[in-house]
Amino acid sequence: MLDFNFHLEDGELLGLIGPNGAGKTTVFNLITGVYKPDEGNIIFSGRDITGLAPYTICQQGIARTFQNIRLFKDISVLDNVRIALHKDAPYGLLKTLLRTPGFFQGEIEINKKAREYLQIFNLEDKAGEIASSLPYGEQRRLEIARALATKPTLLILDEPAAGMNPNETRELMDLIRWIRKDFGLSILLIEHDMSLVMGVCERIYVLDYGQVIAEGLPEEIRRNKRVIEAYLGEEVG
Amino acid sequence: MEKKRFVPRSFLIEVLVLAGIFTLVQYLIVSGLLNEYYQINLSSMCINIILAVSLNLINGFTGQLSLGHAGFMAVGAYAAVVVTTIYSQPFILGLLAACLAAGLAGLIIGVPTLRLKGDYLAIATLGFGEIIRVILQNIDFIGGPAGILGIPRYSTWPWLFGLTIFTIVIIVNLINSSYGRAIISVREDEVASELMGINTTNYKVLAFVIGALFAGLAGALYAHYFYIIKPSTFNFLKSFDILVMVVLGGLGSTTGAVIAAIFVTMLTAALQTFPAIRMVLYAVTLVVVMVYRPQGLMGNKEWGRRTWGRIWGEKNEPLANK
Repeated sequence: MLDFNFHLEDGELLGLIGPNGAGKTTVFNLITGVYKPDEGNIIFSGRDITGLAPYTICQQGIARTFQNIRLFKDISVLDNVRIALHKDAPYGLLKTLLRTPGFFQGEIEINKKAREYLQIFNLEDKAGEIASSLPYGEQRRLEIARALATKPTLLILDEPAAGMNPNETRELMDLIRWIRKDFGLSILLIEHDMSLVMGVCERIYVLDYGQVIAEGLPEEIRRNKRVIEAYLGEEVG
Repeated sequence: MEKKRFVPRSFLIEVLVLAGIFTLVQYLIVSGLLNEYYQINLSSMCINIILAVSLNLINGFTGQLSLGHAGFMAVGAYAAVVVTTIYSQPFILGLLAACLAAGLAGLIIGVPTLRLKGDYLAIATLGFGEIIRVILQNIDFIGGPAGILGIPRYSTWPWLFGLTIFTIVIIVNLINSSYGRAIISVREDEVASELMGINTTNYKVLAFVIGALFAGLAGALYAHYFYIIKPSTFNFLKSFDILVMVVLGGLGSTTGAVIAAIFVTMLTAALQTFPAIRMVLYAVTLVVVMVYRPQGLMGNKEWGRRTWGRIWGEKNEPLANK
């Protein structure tokens, strides 16, 4: 299905585009361990992470959002972020069951951190609300906040601007740039919205039928003949 | 920032109320005002609360539909009886054996079955529950199908009350923690949970083992109250009884599980002389609840310290948890 080869530098903001069904999300699912590749390796920070369980890959520092939002719907906004903080839980199970002072200390720490992430995304006032009751744009932001809370070094965003209006998309662009600078992480972005990809990415891969058909700076991609063909169809000669 | 009390007033009130209930009932029993009939129902109530609260951890919070709870209850009951009756050891050792044996059974059954989802898991756990019963039936050492008679009545009110509160406290403590949130995230969206760095298999097994362990505890208390145990007591209808309590109370609400356990016990007691009507009423109650309140009596809401605190006018941080 997919014959794919690409690399990502430290701290880079890489875009992945391609027509529908090109295999973009499949690439993400391979990286995050949802699917296992038949062949080939995925190397992350010098370590081979091919075929590891998704939770281990997350613990290695890769976090993602989803094309169709997958929040923990029926619990609070704060809990969504607190769950992402669980992998570094500052207390053990015994302390939990016995409610030792260490437990309360740990909870205070978790709450503080979770609220910091919510603040970044302007969601602090909504901490107590049920996640599914948020408007669409805020659910998208919460998903990014949740992903960031796992302290990734690589953040994978699967169509973050889907369903957003141009105004929200612009805000998102600023946010993405700011996140990368402030958290010092690499970002891999799938997007349909060309203005977002062209505006924010440093390098772009174009995928079609599971193959990389072009790679380069946004300017080069814009003028690449094969890319235009893939998107608009071949000219009938 | 408000100055924090070391011990919140609402906590003291809780302790006082519980101590009050305990003392009152203890007094009524000692003075003979509470006759045997009421005592039996009170004991069943405690045992049912433990069963419902522990099953709710598996079904309600972790979202894994298990239909084998009576099986773990049986393991606990038999383990405790072997220790206390056959080897004449003290009750506390029997309780420990019950918890250990049932927890171990939970681990052995949980690891393979929790790979399954939804209906498949329900059928697998139902099957394992029955397997446990059939195995017990075929061991002569523990009486085979006739079971064991003449078990000493060790399950006195202090034990029953104390262990019921203990169960609730442990499970509530677990749920209201980072571990509990990880468990709930499995119910909400397993894939997302896994991608947030949570080893979902571990947490499913953890919840399953803890739930099984407390079911074993309830089994031990049951055996040492009713003098006799036999494998047929722990058939799938018993599992179904417990499931009804959990669904009635609201999947994912410990408060709901407690209320429903009390309600179902009282209903059963009131209709003891009309067993046929009992089953009908059971079904009718369930249908009415499912039609008018599909999320159960409590949904996933809890009555907790915050609720008492609000009633008492104590100021709390803005509600963030629930």
